[in-house]
Parts: sequence; C-alpha cells; structure tokens
Amino acid sequence: MRLFSPTIRTIPWLAMALLSLPVAGGLAGVLAPALGWLPALGGNELTLEHWRTLVATPGLADMVRLSLSAGLASALISLAIVMLFLGAFAETRALALVRRLLSPLLAVPHAAAAIGIAFLLAPSGLASRLLSPWPSGWDTPPDYLFPGDPWGLGLIIGLVIKEVPFLLLMSLAALPQCQAQARLRLARSLGYAPVTAFAKAVLPGLYPLIRLPIYAVIAFASANVEVAMILGPTTPPPLAVAVVRWINDPDLSMRFVASAAALLQLGVTLAALGLWWLGERLVASLSRTALTGGRREAGDRLWAGAGGLATLLAVLLLGGSLMGLVLWSLAAWWPFPAALPSPLSYHAWQGALPGLKEPLTQTALIGLAATGLSLLLTVGALEAEHLRHRGMAAWAELVLYLPLVVPPVAFLFGLVQLQVQAGLAPGALAVILAHSLFVLPYVFLSLAESYRRLDPRWAQVAASLGHSQASLFWRVRLPLLTVPILTAAAVGFSVSVGQYLPTLLMSAGRLSTLTTEAVSLASGGDRRLTAVYALMQLLLPALGFALALALPRLLMRHRSGVLNP
Amino acid sequence: MHRTALLARQGAFTRSCGRSLASAALCAAALATALPSLAQDDALALDDWAAIEQAAQGQTVYWNAWGGDSRTNDYLSWVADELEARHDIELVHVKLSDTSTAVSRVIAEKAAGNLDEGAIDLIWINGENFAAMKDNDLLFGPFAEALPNYALTRADANPEVRVDFTVPTEGYEAPWGKAQLTFYYDSARVETPPGSMTELLDWARTHPGRFTYPLVPDFTGSTFLKQALIELTPDTAPLYQPVEESDFAAITAPLWDYLDTLHPYLWREGRNFPTSGPEMKRLMGDGELSLAFTFIPSEPAAAVADFQLPPTTRSYVLDGGTLGNVHFVAIPFNASHKAGALVTANFLLSPEAQAHKQDPAVWGDRTVLDMSALSNKERVTFIDDSDNPAALPADALSKTLPEPHPSWMERLEAAWLERYGNQ
Repeated sequence: MRLFSPTIRTIPWLAMALLSLPVAGGLAGVLAPALGWLPALGGNELTLEHWRTLVATPGLADMVRLSLSAGLASALISLAIVMLFLGAFAETRALALVRRLLSPLLAVPHAAAAIGIAFLLAPSGLASRLLSPWPSGWDTPPDYLFPGDPWGLGLIIGLVIKEVPFLLLMSLAALPQCQAQARLRLARSLGYAPVTAFAKAVLPGLYPLIRLPIYAVIAFASANVEVAMILGPTTPPPLAVAVVRWINDPDLSMRFVASAAALLQLGVTLAALGLWWLGERLVASLSRTALTGGRREAGDRLWAGAGGLATLLAVLLLGGSLMGLVLWSLAAWWPFPAALPSPLSYHAWQGALPGLKEPLTQTALIGLAATGLSLLLTVGALEAEHLRHRGMAAWAELVLYLPLVVPPVAFLFGLVQLQVQAGLAPGALAVILAHSLFVLPYVFLSLAESYRRLDPRWAQVAASLGHSQASLFWRVRLPLLTVPILTAAAVGFSVSVGQYLPTLLMSAGRLSTLTTEAVSLASGGDRRLTAVYALMQLLLPALGFALALALPRLLMRHRSGVLNP
Repeated sequence: MHRTALLARQGAFTRSCGRSLASAALCAAALATALPSLAQDDALALDDWAAIEQAAQGQTVYWNAWGGDSRTNDYLSWVADELEARHDIELVHVKLSDTSTAVSRVIAEKAAGNLDEGAIDLIWINGENFAAMKDNDLLFGPFAEALPNYALTRADANPEVRVDFTVPTEGYEAPWGKAQLTFYYDSARVETPPGSMTELLDWARTHPGRFTYPLVPDFTGSTFLKQALIELTPDTAPLYQPVEESDFAAITAPLWDYLDTLHPYLWREGRNFPTSGPEMKRLMGDGELSLAFTFIPSEPAAAVADFQLPPTTRSYVLDGGTLGNVHFVAIPFNASHKAGALVTANFLLSPEAQAHKQDPAVWGDRTVLDMSALSNKERVTFIDDSDNPAALPADALSKTLPEPHPSWMERLEAAWLERYGNQ
C-alpha cells in the first residue's frame, strides 16, 4: 500500500487536466466568436461590433433583470423554506417522512417538473379543471397570464419546487457533520424554542456546509433554459433563453451575437453570486448580536407554521405536477374541464415502450460511468487535500465550477470543436467525458464540505493505533463518509441522466438516451408521450436516490453510529 | 438586426417555396462543371450510379432529422428497414429537436478542420437552414439532379422542387415532401371559421382569447405574418423583390395596423405567445384555443387519431390560398458516407417510398413526384380512399401562394420583435 499516497496526490492533477482542457476549449469557443473570430463562418477579424448589436437589442435590460431576479429569488425562497422546515421539524417524524418522499421528488428532471407545473397551474390545467365547471363557472379555460407572467413568478415557482428538495437533501447530508443533534439538544436544554434553537445553534454551523450547493442553485437558476422556456415570459425571455434562440437562429451570423450574449450571461450569473455573497456578509454582521442575545423564543410558532406550510406547498406542487404527468401518460382525449382522463388508455405507453430499452440501458451505463469517474476524482482530490493538509488552490476550484456557471449552449460549441480536433470519435467515451464535466462539479460540491469537515480525531485515534494512511482511508474515512458519498453519487447520476445537449453533440446524436428521446419528442408537442418519457427519466435517478438512502442502512447495520454520529 | 429563432422544428418545414426561378439551366450547368471535381474529391462519379450503389453497400448512414413526431419517426424506421433489405445500408435516424444542432456540428467540424470524416451524412432541411449552409459552403453537391429518381419530379414542369425559400437549390438538396399552411378549428365551438385575414379579425373580436400565433421568428409564426401581409397589402408585386428595393414602412403599414387591432383579442391578450406550432396545437387540445394553424396539412387529422385534438377538429385552407413550401434532404460537405446518403436520397424519391409517405395512415406528407411521370400502376398507389373528417379535402391544397423574397421575412421578423418583442 506504499503507492497509496503518491497515487492520491496525482488525482487532483488528473482532475484538473480532465476539466481545464475542455473548459478552456469551451470558453475559447465562446470568447473568440464573441470578439468576431470564427473563420468557418467568415469571421476573420476581431471586432466589438457584435457587442454593440447585443447592447442595442430591445429588451436586453429586462432579460438581464429576469435572469438575476429568478436566480436570487428562487435561491432565497428555497433556502428559507428548507431552513424553516428543518428548524420546525428537526428530530420529528415529519422529517423522516419528507426524507422518504424526497428521493422521487429530487429525481424529477427540471424540464419534466416544469411541464408538470405548467399543466397544474395553467388556465386549462389540473387546478382549474378541479374548480370547473363548478364552482368557477368555466366551461372553457379562462384567459389569465400564468405561467409566463412578465415578472417571472411562474418561473420562480418552478425553480423553487426543484431546488427545495435539492437543498434539503444537501442539508440532511450535512447535518451530522455539524453535530446538529448535539447542538440542538444543548440549545433546547438551555430553554431555546425549537426554531430559535435551530437558527441560533445549528444554522451558523450548517450554512457553511451547504454554501456551495446554494451557489450552484443560484448559478443554475440564473442561467437555466429548460424551465425558463416552459414557465418564463416570452416577450422578452430571460437572457439564457435568448442566447439559445440566437444560437439556434438559422441566420448563422447570429452566432456571434449569441456568443457575446453567452459571456454576458456568465457575467449575470457571477453578478448574482456576488450579490448573494454581499448579502451573506450583511446577514452575518447584522445577526451577530441577535445570535448571542440570549433570547429564547422569537415568533417560533409563526416560523414553524410558515416553514411547515411552505414545505407542504412545495411538496404538493411537485407531487401535483408528478400526478399530472402520470395522468397525462394514461390519457386518451382529455378535454377541459374533465378533472380526470376517461377512459384511461395505455396508448402512449404501448407506443413508447418498445423503443425504451436501448435508451434506458444507454442512460444507465453513461450515468454510472460518468458518476463513477467523477466520484473517483472527487474523493481522490479531497483525500489529497487531506494528505497535504491544505485546501485546493482557488483557481483550481474555479476551474471545477466553471461548467456550472457558463451557459452550456454556448460552452458546448467549443467542446465539439475540441472533440473533433482531438480526434475523439463521437460516441460513448466522448459523451461520458462531457457528462463528467457537469457531473463532477455537482459531486464535488455535494461532498466537499462533508469531507473536509470530517472530524480529524477519528483518523488520529486510528493512526495512534498503528494504521497506515491507506488503511485510515479505506477503513475509517470512507465508511464514515458513506452517506455523503452515496448522496453525492445519486446527485451526480441524476445530473448525468438529465443532460441533453452534451449527449447529442458529443455523440453526434448516435447515442439515444432517455433525455435525447424525450426532448426530441417534446418538440412535437404531444403531452402524453412527453409524460411517458418524463416518468421514465425520473425512474433511474429515483432508483439512485433510493439506493443512496437504503444502502448505508444495509451496509452499516452494525455501525449505526456512522449514520448518526 | 435582432432576430431570434425558436427551438421549434426549424428543420422540417422551415421556409417556403417560390416561383422566381431561372435556375433550371443554372443547375444543369453547375452540375456539369462540378462532376469532374466531385469525382476527384470523393472518388464518387455521380454519373455512374451502379458504382455509387456498390460503394454504398455496408455503409451506415447517419440521418439527422427532426424527431418530434412519432409518425414521421415510424416512417423513417420503415425507410431504414427497406434500405437494409435493398441496399445493405444501415440507416440511423439521429433525432433532433432542432435542425440547427446539426448545423452547429457541421460548423464545428469545419472549424476544426474535419473535411471528410463528418459525423452527419444526411440532413432533413429547408429554408433558412439550407440557405445558411449553402452560403457557408457546408453542403456537398450539386447532387440532386444526378439521382435517377429525380426525373420523376419533372422539375421543369414543377419548378418549386428547385427552389427553397426563393433560393435556387442548385442541386445541393433533393426534394422530399411538400407542406402548406393549413388552418384547423374545433367545429363544436366554431360554426364558420374565418376564410381570410379580415374575417379572422372579426372572428377574434367575437371570440376573444381563442386565437394566437407562435412567437416570431418561429417559422410558423413568421409564416402567419407573411400570409397576413400578402392579403393585406394592396400590391403584392414588391414582396417578390428584395425588400431594399421598396418602401418597407409603407407596404407593411397595413400589417402593423392589423396586428395592433388584433393583439388585444388574442390569447393572453397578445402579451405572451406559444413558442412553436406544436405548442399551439397543445393549446388547441387543452381547449384554450378554438382556431389554429400548422404547416403540415396532415397534422390535424393525425393529432385527432392520437387523442391530441378534439374529435370535432376540421381543417381548411383560406379562401385566397395559403403559403406552401417544399422540404428537402441535403448532404454535408464532409459527410463520411456520401454514397450511402445518395442512395438514401434516391430511395426517398422512389414512387414506393413517396406513396408510403403520402398515405394518411402512415404520415400523410405530400409527394414531390409528378403523377404524369409515373406508370399507371405506380399512380394508383398514391390514391387516397380514406375518409377522415378532420383531414383536408383533397383539392384544397391547390391554392398555394408563393413565398415572398427572403429579405422580407428577415425585415418582418426584426420589425415584429421591435414592436411586440419587448412589452
């Protein structure tokens, strides 16, 4: 086992090489056309002309505003809901219940959730059908502007119901690392009311652990395309949607403007992150006195009620949208205002099932490979940090997270160019590597804090008993980290399953996954088929999350302390 | 210019056909001069069809085509089976949600210097995507008129197969099918649908919120603008010349007046628009709209059979006719399997493949072949004896309007976005 340390020490470099080359290539593929350089399309000189075109675009300010507000508002609301819920229900049975509900909810692909929400809340949707014709008096759908409202509320709701489960999962994985239980019990024994105890004793320790996931939420929400296309306004749309439209414009000269806009989108996302960071500083300095003020109770009931209600609402919305998908997949002709499809039909399933086998296998294999690779690199990089007693360089971490903040549509063009130049044949290997670009950051951010904050005394004790570094890693650190590692793997797997453009472009469309099939079918507008594929898309990640929850209980049944240290 | 295009099926029925064609001779000339160079570059002599068929054997052809319609997808897998059996070609349908993804790939390959090992062998294409690829030398050809079955289109008598969005194809794409703007409505809610743009406005006034059109510049939405312009402007002649040569503001003034009046009566009062034709179809299915339109004449009947539209759906064409176009297949300049792609394109033009495609029970996409070029036995296979109340009457599609010059389209879209894109 002498090889252990040297091997581990090379992994961060391997990870950096694997990431930085595509990231640099991808970025160059945006930067060059934004400055007018793309000889394949006749762009042979550097110019700022495309930026001028972009700035003169009518509605650009609104596009930027929508992206910023959707990113910040959805993160803030999601975080508030999750924290209130944890405060109100930590150590109760409700938490255990929600925990079990969580995995299928988290596994819903963003686009599918958005389609579900749109169907739930639209004028002809499930909610309106339940109220019609009685008591609403509507025989035909009313004509109100939601979702798609100009303030982006529909969009924010769609993002929040997807981010709440994600943040909740991240928090649940992090709670044991910050000794939440002990802190909570101590605070309660000092007479603090439940929510106040959570806010004052646990939150300050928990927040740093889930900070990266929150940043990922902000980045995702401010740059998201799929959800915004379904639930966001159209005149004008959020910036990321406009980027996609421009890049898909048959007029190829629009690609230059699209590249400039993609860089602007990167700036908007960074600005959203910067604003959030300022907010963090502000809250930290404002809350200092309140934290140590000794007040035992501050509107506890109200907060607990709000937390419970908001969580219930989020779960209901997501559950309702899932229900809608199930109903649609079984619907024949289902006119307004019928609340249930009748008769039920297997038509859509029958039509889809024969073609599902190949996409299902491909999706699973690619997802497992990309997740496995990402997990290996992440654990290796984190263990190397541990061995060197020093964190990752700031630039390295930046490279790691870049794929999350650069809008993928723009980024991928450069990636394809790189793939062709590198002579990497379009196919499974290229797809797995491209997926890893997006999976690795999520695996890393899901795992990093838990790994870094693992109590070093465990290892110290084991070392004093004569164990080598390798043995410490395999027999102490890994088992202690089983829960966060599996959670990170499940998150990574679900990210891989949801990838559309990377799969399509890097395989030149030759690999069909559930998502590529689903997206191409969704463009035809048949909600029944879309629902079937969305449910199938959900199946695999749901399985992953279920395993992440169940496996530790199985593996660790003789070491239950690991599950709840 | 601030044009945006949507993730619709840009590839399939994008834009247009027109009749401004002096291109027949041009095509032939281009073909003749191009042949020797092709033979050198690709070791493919387009005049030796037997050699091409031989070279195609055992090839895998990657056909990038919009995959949003299960009936179209089923037809493509039928083609794949036939090609396997007849020519030992493995045809793979690469399903796209937007043809521009394929265009992206070819550009990236060209930018990276991949000149003969491209990943795409055949693209379902027309309109702006074709014009853009042709302008940027991303296409192989000219090849179309060298296909043995091309003669069956009798291109000299049917010039629309040589023109795409008023751009002469010059043999860089082979015709495959025809589309025409078709309106459909729910007869349970609408007694007499509007037969013209003026009637449409009156209809919308009495049925507020029950009609809309896709967000411009989605091609279905832009087609609506062009259709309206043709009907509303007193003199249509300037529309067939480049827009620079006429007074855009004066000619389009009636259109903007019309839209300004129409928008308050649209779905969501014209403050939001469906992003594509299929989304508009879904709104029809949800009962939010009572009247809509599509570029695929067979779509409403097919959607009724698939439970997507009310059983009471009926189709029709406006009294004065509607815009129509031809869609094509093209081969990227760097396709790896050009021989296989050529054989595929030729098979798509065979009477058998075209008749199967036109069968409403299969797909219902109209043929580009000229019936007079076929034998009696072949002609019979095209006769449709089905009787579907949701389908368009057989004679309705004869009223096809030619497309305006493409420059009009671009100006219209830009002007629309400036007026209504930022409310």
